[in-house]
Amino acid sequence: MSATLEKGLNAFKEVIDTPIASYFSSCVHCGLCAEACLFYNETGDPKYTPIHKLEPLRRVWKQEYTLLGKLGKMLGLSKQVTDEELSEWEPLVYDSCTMCGRCSMVCPVGNDITYMIRKMREGMSASGHAPEDMKSATARAINIGSPMGIKWPAVQAQIKHVQAETDIEVPVDKVGADYLVLMSSMEIINFPEYLSALSRIFKQAGVSWTLAPDAFEATNSGIQIGASDLAREIVSRIVVAAERLKVKCVISPECGHAFTAIRWEGPNLMGKPFGFEVKHILEVLDELHAAGKLKTEGKDKRPLTYHDPCQITRRGGVVEQPRRLLGEVAEDFREMPDAGVMNWCCGGGGGVSANSRAEPLRLEVFKVKKRQIESTGVHTLITACANCRIVMEEGLEHYHMKVEVLGLTELLAEYLVEGE
Amino acid sequence: MNHLDLLTFARGSALNWALIIFVAGVVLRFFEIFGLSRKTDLARPRTDSPGSGWRTMFTRSIPPQGMLKREPVTYIAGYVFHLGLFLAIFFFAPHIEFFRSITGLTWPALPSALVDASVVAAIVALAVLLAHRLNNPVKRMLSGFGDYLAWTVTLLPLLTGYMAYHHLMLEYTLMLSLHIFSVELLLVLLPFTKLFHTFSVFVSRWYNGDFFGRKGVAS
Repeated sequence: MSATLEKGLNAFKEVIDTPIASYFSSCVHCGLCAEACLFYNETGDPKYTPIHKLEPLRRVWKQEYTLLGKLGKMLGLSKQVTDEELSEWEPLVYDSCTMCGRCSMVCPVGNDITYMIRKMREGMSASGHAPEDMKSATARAINIGSPMGIKWPAVQAQIKHVQAETDIEVPVDKVGADYLVLMSSMEIINFPEYLSALSRIFKQAGVSWTLAPDAFEATNSGIQIGASDLAREIVSRIVVAAERLKVKCVISPECGHAFTAIRWEGPNLMGKPFGFEVKHILEVLDELHAAGKLKTEGKDKRPLTYHDPCQITRRGGVVEQPRRLLGEVAEDFREMPDAGVMNWCCGGGGGVSANSRAEPLRLEVFKVKKRQIESTGVHTLITACANCRIVMEEGLEHYHMKVEVLGLTELLAEYLVEGE
Repeated sequence: MNHLDLLTFARGSALNWALIIFVAGVVLRFFEIFGLSRKTDLARPRTDSPGSGWRTMFTRSIPPQGMLKREPVTYIAGYVFHLGLFLAIFFFAPHIEFFRSITGLTWPALPSALVDASVVAAIVALAVLLAHRLNNPVKRMLSGFGDYLAWTVTLLPLLTGYMAYHHLMLEYTLMLSLHIFSVELLLVLLPFTKLFHTFSVFVSRWYNGDFFGRKGVAS
């Protein structure tokens, strides 16, 4: 057995806990998880059945943690997990799972399959079986500070631009601010509208906030690839900055997996509860709106629909907030079929969009989003995740659909009552 | 050994051994699961949602939005089978008499004709589920020896029970003995096959419900 395989198998053994043992014990091979899976639904290939993606992890559980399995192993009756098998499983665990969590909602015995995929990636990455693109993105996040290789000067350039455009000062390193604002690389590169919209909304609402040069990046490649030690290092930058600046709350940007990384995994990676709150930007905007601090005027006449990012809605619990906010600014808001906690993933979550090998499959499974959008008849799509946004823009272009994608924060800022 | 001796053995030491293995097996499997432990979730739950795990133990029996239409065979045959089996085990008068003899507890029985119908329904549902397992590409891929073994040992008590009740094929005492042996086989294998979901389903559903509950999503 190679040293890396041994490391991988040890990681498998380490991640198996009581919930996982109960999940594998309960599975009756009914196959209903396949019906919930984006990749199975759009390709019809049974290998994309969610529980099947966990087969190597299941065998390690059986051989290590059940009496019968141990007996089988001792007698040489059980099939050991090999490097070849993990190579074969790599595309199943990374390219064809966005950790969207639909299967976990559907499994009749209650298996949280997504939780297990997240854990299985720890062993896959430890054994060297993670996609090259995700390895390099993680290396950039660790060495440079962002998976897309962005450094603070790029953010500074954007700040300058935003200040010139809005005439509002963007606070940096302000000790004692209420909120620490984070961004995703995608927003810094592709959607500068976010920072500009946020500056205007926060100025109007009188919110005290700040950016931090040592913690501007919200995404966490360590979680996508399944390397908890690296994930911890990335999260710790935010924790250090939040504590240094003594903020009350850290705002996760319009990015789904970043929210999962900071809000739900963060304290567990750090091994202690946070001394500050973590909120998604939509939660903050909804609170400002409820407090009467976010006033809008007029409504968008275009028919609109909203794409629920998986990690914000199904895995994050931010369901009603975007709908309340849209209700303020959209005249003709239309829900797509399966909207809300059962929405279909854009196809690019969980690191899939960072993995170029997965691109043809990602575009193929975008067909479900295409059908969802078409059934609403709209040409404007709102979302709250920059990664969903770029993935959907690519999908829409691929299928020659004339649909514009906007971030919700940006849409709100368009109708903001300013200068009162 | 005549038929009566066989029945005496089935009801006596064979049953005792089967029950011992069954109970010990269930206890062992729970030790295997809970012995692993889990880390406390340090992320602040969104809402204080006590009972989310407990609720999910039951709510997960209801198909989520759109799923019944996607997989009607699995859901409908699944319901019919589970309900039929449950009624047959716990509401057939002779079974209640058996439970009373070992626990002292008793409860009202359903009319035999109704239990008979539910057994037929459960057998038909099992046949449908097997056909579906063999024809559906996902189910076929997932299935191995254990799945077909579990199917067989679940069918046998239903089938032999039905045949004993209607005095079919074999002499009654012999058929009744076979019925009891088939139940014993089921008891012995249950903890060590996927049939253990009878117990573990409550654990897995609890964790799922707790997880989603902490995030403020009902599951």
